[in-house]
Amino acid sequence: MIHFVLLISRQGKVRLTKWYTPYPQKQRSKVIKEISSLVLTRGPKLCNFVDWQGYRVVYKRYASLYFCMCIDPADNELETLQIIHHYVEILDRYFGNVCELDLIFNFHKAYFILDEILIAGELQESNKKAVLRLVTTQDALVEAAKEEASSLSNIIAQATK
Amino acid sequence: MDTVEKIVEDFASDIAMSSFSSGTRLRDMIRAIRACKTAAEERAVVRRECAAIRTAISENEPALRHRNMAKLMFIHMLGYPTHFAHMECLKLIAAAGYPEKRVGYLGLMLLLDERQEVLMLVTNSLKQDLNHPNQFIVGLALCALGNICSAEMARDLSPEVERLMRSREVNTKKKAALCSIRIVRKVPDLAENFMALAASLLKEKHHGVLISAIQLCTELCKASKDALEYLRKNCIEGLVRILRDVSNSSYAPEYDVSGIADPFLHIRVLKLMRILGQGDADCSEYMNDILAQVATKTDSNKNAGNAILYECVQTIMGIEATSGLRVLAINILGRFLSNRDNNIRYVALNMLMRAIAVDALAVQRHRTTILECVKDADASIRKRALELVFLLVNDTNVKPLTKELIDYLSIADPDFKGDLTSKICSIVEKFSQEKLWYLDQMFKVLSLAGNHVKDDVCHALIVVLSNASELQGYSVRSLYKALQAYGKQGSLVRVAVWCIGEYGEMLVNNVGMLDGEEKITVTESDAVDAVEIALNRHSADATTGAMCLVALLKLSSRFPSTSERVKQIVARNKENAVLELQQRSIEFSSIIQRHQSIRSSLLERMPVLDEASYLVKRATATQATISANKHAPTVAPGGLKLPNGVAKPTSAPLADLLDLSSDDAPASTTTSTTTPNDFLQDLLGIGGVSTSTAGVPSTASTDILMDLLSIGSSPLQNGTPGQESKPVHAVPEAIDLLGSLSSTTSVSAETKPTRLVSQGMDLLDGLSSSTSVSGLEKTVHPSITAFQSTTLKITFDLKRQPGNPRETTIHATFTNLTSSTYTDFIFQAAVPKFIQLKLDPASGNTVPANGNGSVTQGLSVTNNQQGQVYEDLHPLVPPFYLASIVYLFYWLEFNLLPYDVVYNC
Repeated sequence: MIHFVLLISRQGKVRLTKWYTPYPQKQRSKVIKEISSLVLTRGPKLCNFVDWQGYRVVYKRYASLYFCMCIDPADNELETLQIIHHYVEILDRYFGNVCELDLIFNFHKAYFILDEILIAGELQESNKKAVLRLVTTQDALVEAAKEEASSLSNIIAQATK
Repeated sequence: MDTVEKIVEDFASDIAMSSFSSGTRLRDMIRAIRACKTAAEERAVVRRECAAIRTAISENEPALRHRNMAKLMFIHMLGYPTHFAHMECLKLIAAAGYPEKRVGYLGLMLLLDERQEVLMLVTNSLKQDLNHPNQFIVGLALCALGNICSAEMARDLSPEVERLMRSREVNTKKKAALCSIRIVRKVPDLAENFMALAASLLKEKHHGVLISAIQLCTELCKASKDALEYLRKNCIEGLVRILRDVSNSSYAPEYDVSGIADPFLHIRVLKLMRILGQGDADCSEYMNDILAQVATKTDSNKNAGNAILYECVQTIMGIEATSGLRVLAINILGRFLSNRDNNIRYVALNMLMRAIAVDALAVQRHRTTILECVKDADASIRKRALELVFLLVNDTNVKPLTKELIDYLSIADPDFKGDLTSKICSIVEKFSQEKLWYLDQMFKVLSLAGNHVKDDVCHALIVVLSNASELQGYSVRSLYKALQAYGKQGSLVRVAVWCIGEYGEMLVNNVGMLDGEEKITVTESDAVDAVEIALNRHSADATTGAMCLVALLKLSSRFPSTSERVKQIVARNKENAVLELQQRSIEFSSIIQRHQSIRSSLLERMPVLDEASYLVKRATATQATISANKHAPTVAPGGLKLPNGVAKPTSAPLADLLDLSSDDAPASTTTSTTTPNDFLQDLLGIGGVSTSTAGVPSTASTDILMDLLSIGSSPLQNGTPGQESKPVHAVPEAIDLLGSLSSTTSVSAETKPTRLVSQGMDLLDGLSSSTSVSGLEKTVHPSITAFQSTTLKITFDLKRQPGNPRETTIHATFTNLTSSTYTDFIFQAAVPKFIQLKLDPASGNTVPANGNGSVTQGLSVTNNQQGQVYEDLHPLVPPFYLASIVYLFYWLEFNLLPYDVVYNC
């Protein structure tokens, strides 16, 4: 099971956190600090796994961002690496050549996508296109609702002129 | 500095007032935060935004709500507190539109977790959304439930999730299956409800559904033996078929990962196969062929393929596989181990550690490669390899392995030396067959990494030394030589100085030479020099200093010629800032100067230390630390294994209580009254320490409710002594117990738990009314106005159940004071965890206007921690206490005022 997902920039800024196991707020910032100091200090050629408090942190660096997932020691580290890559590929297709700034300004989108990939710390969908389709359909729903609201307010505005 | 910062902040917030209204867009806020150059600036921007959002919240503008929520999520991610937004999440979720719900659920998952009481209020909205016709809204609710639900919610909503697993939408089906995983984790008793459904989902074609269903099956097997048996019988064929299909399938672009079709599905099937095949020969037999196929056919050039092979090897090792299959697996591991990719080597080491139990010989074959990994540049690999080496050591290979490890010690990374040293020490201690070898290895370790050797290891070494009379001469000479070369290694200095003090004459006279040992020439003053140097060099370390002083004193008696010099050296420490050293210095000086007659008998060699008793002592000490370590994670709040939610209603509060009592001595006897025997013992165990017997768990004082309770019950504490002195209503045994908690009457308490219960009740009753036993029988209290505003009035009639003093039934009456009728009236109440609430159906959902008639509803409240809260439901207690206690929030939903009226009584 994946206990949490962290996206940390090379400067140690947090870009996304998702907790599948409950941690109190204080604990969360402690965990983030510990993981960043563990992961950010590792050299480029080393393996992508670190032992941390009886769990295992699988991380991978993509450009300026570190994607980290914490798993049980009995889980498959190589597969977790593949899940990270799966997520990154979907992000890349969704944003079209994704970069850190996309994830900063559209952090909620990154969460929406993650929610279509993982639930309860387990994998939900292995088909990238299916994930993209679900997310874009839901985006369209939001857009439709927005348009409806704005046309409604236009009508009201015109009526009250 | 502070003032400058403040001026900057003030200035910034002045500007802010004009340019940042609550109307800033999310994008602008993020930009403003990113533009900040200092932390102070960032704080100012965030504070300003939070202020604007708070205003918006209090003004209740639904239009900006989801934008504000998005902002708060960003602010939350930066690490600022956002608790004031919790209710906003609930409002967004309760909204009708999809955009609001999407943001609301995201906020819920980000800002809240299952331990917040507010979460309970969302149960109803979740239930509605789970029944929504729009599959995406159902999806949102399932996702939220799967990520943060608590045990209570799991129980409440599990029927909905079961139903959704039968849905026609694949999207809903897979989400419901994953959601069930969380439900089963929280409430393992529910596993049986899901097993048939999970097995039936394995017949689907859609990979997402298959992956989810397989994971659910895996979780079910962990949760319940029955489910494991059921799935063994019913789905092993299906699994083999799925694996065969996916591994034989031709190229499928949507699932392809570097030439392999859906590695995720592969891996999940293999994992479930491992669980089903474990200890079951028939199942294992059935899987043999397909496992062999996967193990041989999977391409190992890419990470995806290796991930499958890794899982496959694990499965082969885990089940009752044929020997041919085992050989295949071990060969794959061998290939992994010689791979150049660090990740592959890491998992190979990991896997070998598990394989050692199955086939130790095969793992031994890779010993040299594993030893190489101990010297790897990568810390993760080194750590893994070292642990593996530790498992590989046996009587035959201990000498070459130790030599390798010690050789590496000299060049190891400083960070790694600690681990390496402790492992070498325990290997040497565990496997030494002869004392000389043991001593030699220890001296080497002390020389190379003396700063990392633990005190208990040194102590054990000294015990061995004092028992090995024929090796003492050799040891003191070796240590003396080592001390000359490696004088900076703390532990080495201590052991060497101790030996020189004890066996100094053997050093100088070359007593007890071993065959092949080189003679060394050390004069008496050389020995004193060595100790003096050590004393000067390690003056900061009081223990080493003290040991040096003792050694010097002993030398002054062994070598009378050096006496005068020793006196001077010792005298130098008379003004030492460390009290211990100063005292020793003064005392030792006086021994040297004035007590010549007794000196030699006083400073004789230490008597031989008792090896056996030391070993026993050490073993128990380590065991204690191990058990303490094991105990710690379960108790320490905030670890991963939190007492999250109420998994089983009877046991969880108990665990909470235990937690409390282990943190804080003054636990209450009142809480103990309801809990079973074993807990009672526990409590009594600490009762020996605690003096206050009728306190209330005071650690949770942050909780408002607890605060209230402790106010309500503070008279209890005062009342206790009086209670004890009144023999009229006290049961004699219980008095005994209370009176002598500090002594040891725990046995009598264990044997009479029921008496204690009644005493607990008496105690409390005696306070409110001075009739003790009759107090229990008194069942009806006058009615109370629990809540009244201009719109609504709620009255409570309270009744205790005569048979079950823990349960109170409340008859609530709702009266509408406005001139319009409330339709769709729903009353919801949330209670703290230790209280169970049962809501009976209301008499109707329409409350007529102007107080013409009313809706009534029955509630029953069961207090699991009994004694405190229950007794607080007393007529003498002002109504607002009551409201606060039964309460947390009453969330009233009106048709007139959609989801806006949130009364926080």
